[in-house]
Amino acid sequence: MLRQIEGSRAVAETVALCRPEVVCAYPISPQTHIIEALGELVKTGELTPCEFINVESEFAAMSVAIGASAAGARAFTATASQGLLFMMEAVYNASGLGFPIVMTLANRAVGAPINIWNDHSDAMAARDAGWVQLFAETVQEAADLHIQAFRLAEEVSVPVMVCMDGFILTHATERVDLPTQEQVDAFLPPYVPRQVLDPADPYSIGSMVGPEAFEEVRYLAHARQLTALGRIGELGAEFAEAFGRDSGGLVHPYRSADADVVVVAMGSVLGTIKDVIDTQRAAGHRIGALGITSFRPFPIDAVRNALKGARRVVVVEKAISVGFGGVLSTDVAMTLSGLPVPVATVVAGLGGRTITKTSLGDVFEAALGDQLAPLTFLDLNRGLVERELERMALHRRSGPTAENMLRDLGVTGSRIG
Amino acid sequence: MAVRFYQVGSFAVGNRLANRSDRTVQSDAERANSLTSGHRACQGCGEALGARYALDAAMRATGGQMVAVNATGCLEVFSTPYPETSWQLAWFHSLFGNAPAVATGVAAALRVKGRGDTRVIGQAGDGGTVDIGFGCLSGMFERNDDVLFICYDNEAYMNTGVQRSGATPPAARTATTEAVGANPGNPFGQGKNMPELAMAHGIPYVATATVADLHDLEDKVTRAMEFRGARYIHILVTCPLGWGSAPSDTVRVARLATQTGLFPVFEAEHGEVVRSSPIRRPAPVEDYLRLQTRYAHLFDGQGNPARPDVIAHLQAMADRNIAKYGLIEEEVSSS
Repeated sequence: MLRQIEGSRAVAETVALCRPEVVCAYPISPQTHIIEALGELVKTGELTPCEFINVESEFAAMSVAIGASAAGARAFTATASQGLLFMMEAVYNASGLGFPIVMTLANRAVGAPINIWNDHSDAMAARDAGWVQLFAETVQEAADLHIQAFRLAEEVSVPVMVCMDGFILTHATERVDLPTQEQVDAFLPPYVPRQVLDPADPYSIGSMVGPEAFEEVRYLAHARQLTALGRIGELGAEFAEAFGRDSGGLVHPYRSADADVVVVAMGSVLGTIKDVIDTQRAAGHRIGALGITSFRPFPIDAVRNALKGARRVVVVEKAISVGFGGVLSTDVAMTLSGLPVPVATVVAGLGGRTITKTSLGDVFEAALGDQLAPLTFLDLNRGLVERELERMALHRRSGPTAENMLRDLGVTGSRIG
Repeated sequence: MAVRFYQVGSFAVGNRLANRSDRTVQSDAERANSLTSGHRACQGCGEALGARYALDAAMRATGGQMVAVNATGCLEVFSTPYPETSWQLAWFHSLFGNAPAVATGVAAALRVKGRGDTRVIGQAGDGGTVDIGFGCLSGMFERNDDVLFICYDNEAYMNTGVQRSGATPPAARTATTEAVGANPGNPFGQGKNMPELAMAHGIPYVATATVADLHDLEDKVTRAMEFRGARYIHILVTCPLGWGSAPSDTVRVARLATQTGLFPVFEAEHGEVVRSSPIRRPAPVEDYLRLQTRYAHLFDGQGNPARPDVIAHLQAMADRNIAKYGLIEEEVSSS
């Protein structure tokens, strides 16, 4: 049914249709509306049977989900940013144990400095945690990916993180086609794990594994992700067949077939990128985009196939590996090894900085003219950082960076006197 | 006037003299053997002893309808080296600091599946309870989740090589509270009283026990399973490795912990103490300290007090416990 609905509400109502049996809730912006809505749906009886548990931290949220999953219940939680980092030990534990927990990650910057706005630093910090990480471009896709996430997680025995841009998607009101319970039930069978904590059939789960088998356990985790790589495409196709729209899959090419320059990105920024591409196409430039939905497992072949004909690739990413450069760019560059296709990184939108069509247009034009530097920080306030770099060169002393710069910006609230 | 039974050298009556219904769960040939033989605990391990009695009592109380969630620590490491396990019940280990939350999740799943008759026990050492697991434990308590959490308290991080925890007693030497300097060992005025913290949450049932009185331990586990909601049992378990006591003295040392008053044994319901176990044969703290090399710096080479000031401080702590929990009956009646 078509609704004009907030992103968080759309995700919550869709998750409810997936019949989670245990939902663990701990508030953190910008995911809070999701768990609030789920709490309400449990209270009103629209989502039943379901245990809605208010926990004392994200670490507990993931731990409750682990316990619930071990005992055979379908478990869901949502988090963001610091919350993901606070639960990180349990995030690794969930995947190591193969529990098919589904979690919404409302992508948000990681502090310090504390910042509640959107970027992908949180998801990148969990890149190697053994979870499937799917990135939604729109609210519709965020909602739809959750249905596929439960199915994928339970089939492959891997937890799935559905990443949606904080505020940009969680708090945006869009037209969303929400499925019916019958549709979701037909797509998503009940959760029936291979083994559960059952007194009638007692297992010890979570034993210590030494050097004799640890590598094999990790290899199998990798093999499960490779299985997921195949299933994501198949489930996307099955979903399209059943629900009548294309949501999911590994990658989404846009006007890239004949493109000289292909722009690679994940999440909601793809909308802005496509607008810029349309403008530049109209001006006669051969430019296209490749949206990556599945970041882990990383679709090496699909990305290589989509990019191998390009003259140049530009990766726009909302994260930085400090001391190195891009994160997604590294993976993209790896898929192109042996091909003469240079990959440029554009770090953009950190901490929620607006990514404008004008700025992207300038960068893409530079790429089309072979003028784009290997690493660009979009709309960086050069004067501000150069003053700070000068000061640091004069007096090499440690101390917080943000507070120094706030002085230059004329913000005096951080300093008394 | 207490009767002393010569068979066991204590005031406890032997199983063979007791009515069948009063005998320990452990004496029952049909016991669950939840933690069976062949595990890798040290000789004289109090935690293995306590866990065996506690879980078998819980298994009997629940008719075997029970799941155990274990924190990382000695108990987990010595029982489940892959691909072996010593657990003969449904058992799950996730992390060091999250056992109470995992237990909450298991209980929630069982409830939602219509299997609320299957009960959940969480268990951890003192590190997993009073330190790294404290946040999750406090959350589980305040939500009053239907979990019995058992702390096997050996008063330090033994699995990692005897480092101080928030349950390490004053003056005890550990690898991080060395026996050097003017105030050797763990400082006075630190540490958490976990049973009282549990009581402060107002949960239905809190009890302490030791491996010196295993019948009492079984009774408390059995009693705990009569309640629904969050319950907590704090069991003092001797650690020959970390305490520097003889493996053959595990029960003796634990008994002296109670008889000196250093470890009060009591029960509380809904935040109020309802019963305490009286001290039958009062002993000075020196008798307890002497048996353990973690307190060796308090004595000279001949076993005479080298630090009477520290010993007096510990005695004062014991005396406070005796008065607070009414551990010596005469004092109770005269007050």
